[in-house]
Amino acid sequence: MKKIKIVLFITLLSLTGVKAETTKDCFEGLNRATFKFNQVLDGAIFKPVASVYRALPSPIRSGTSNAMDNLSNLVTIPNNILQGQFKEAGENTLRLAINSTIGVLGIFDVANSFGFEAYEKEDYGQTLGSMGVKPGCYLVLPVLGPTTVRDTVGSLGNLMGGDAWYNITAGKDTQHVSDVEYWGSRGLTGIDFRAKNLDSIDNLEKNSMDFYASVRSLYLQDRERKILNSKATTETQNDGDWEEVETQ
Amino acid sequence: MISKKNLLLSVSLIFIFIGTVNSNSIEPDIFVQSTVNRASEALNNNFSKEEKIKKLKTIAKETVDIRGIGFYTLGQYRKTLSEDQIKEYAILFEQYFLKSFASRLAEYSNPEIEVIAKEKLNEKYTMVSSKLVATDKRPEIKIDWRIYTKDTENPLIRDLIIEGLSLARTQKEEFSSIIQSNDGSIEALFDTLKKFID
Repeated sequence: MKKIKIVLFITLLSLTGVKAETTKDCFEGLNRATFKFNQVLDGAIFKPVASVYRALPSPIRSGTSNAMDNLSNLVTIPNNILQGQFKEAGENTLRLAINSTIGVLGIFDVANSFGFEAYEKEDYGQTLGSMGVKPGCYLVLPVLGPTTVRDTVGSLGNLMGGDAWYNITAGKDTQHVSDVEYWGSRGLTGIDFRAKNLDSIDNLEKNSMDFYASVRSLYLQDRERKILNSKATTETQNDGDWEEVETQ
Repeated sequence: MISKKNLLLSVSLIFIFIGTVNSNSIEPDIFVQSTVNRASEALNNNFSKEEKIKKLKTIAKETVDIRGIGFYTLGQYRKTLSEDQIKEYAILFEQYFLKSFASRLAEYSNPEIEVIAKEKLNEKYTMVSSKLVATDKRPEIKIDWRIYTKDTENPLIRDLIIEGLSLARTQKEEFSSIIQSNDGSIEALFDTLKKFID
């Protein structure tokens, strides 16, 4: 079984096209159809649930958000190490330890008040990107939404032992918690994200002439920035294209 | 031989001249804060949605390089346009931009933006960093402003970068997608713009 997983991983990795220069939308027709399906699903389930979630008292929402962020450290820390970010790995481990205990399962971000501020989340897709693996084709997955071949392979890393939370829940490494907790936490993370972006997504949809293309652009820009681990936005910009535009 | 007195006078005049030249230049961070304050005023007062949109359009016309963004947004296609198409596009893009911009902003109420820092990229561009203060319904949002400073007396906004995501680049890729899915036809983009404006 382990061999099959490794072969699958390498096969998928080869599909990312390490030498490709730009992210191509190789399956645009299919992607657009899936995008429409996701929009229907969003309108029927995610958006209404996110609206109800947003109406909950602020402490409940921030507690849920903190707890989900705390769990995400279990993927961030190994990726910090894989990317050579040892200081961040150490601080994130301390954050995880403090918030999981004193912070009551991560509901309260106590570590922040101790001076350990949250770092940007990391995942296996970002680690592959930082190693020079190009994104390959852009994909839209049912329910999960925008991704690339590289990021999909990265996500599979979580299910192949790279996520301790998955291992002790859905991975059945322990009987204390079950897969319900894992998929429940994934669902909550999605609802929390949707609730935080209710207005901005509605606004973008309303003011886009091609909503699919706008979402694709935003997703790819976001991944580019996260892989660069850049807070300096100027690094993500191609100034050259502006240079030719003279209006003054 | 220039006397000491004349030399002093000359130097003083040079400084006065430089002072006069620079006196009308506007610092990009002050420009952003002032623009934000104007927009907040338009959004905060008890104006109707139509009045808000009208006020926001006026602010945008004065502070945003709409023509520049329009041509940036066309990317590689801007070189393929005829003179007539350039004229038509400039008109269409301005109408599209103002409708889209005002409509986006009019949804917000009580937006509180604090300017944090500025970074001069080169003679033409300065990035101004700011944050949209968190409310009960949404988290704090980091907004960077790409300011075109070629004319220091009349700085203009060329891009908004929200949490690292460039609005101009998003729009450029959206336009490119429309043109590409219509076999490279720029007229298809014009038709789509017209539909949006109507």
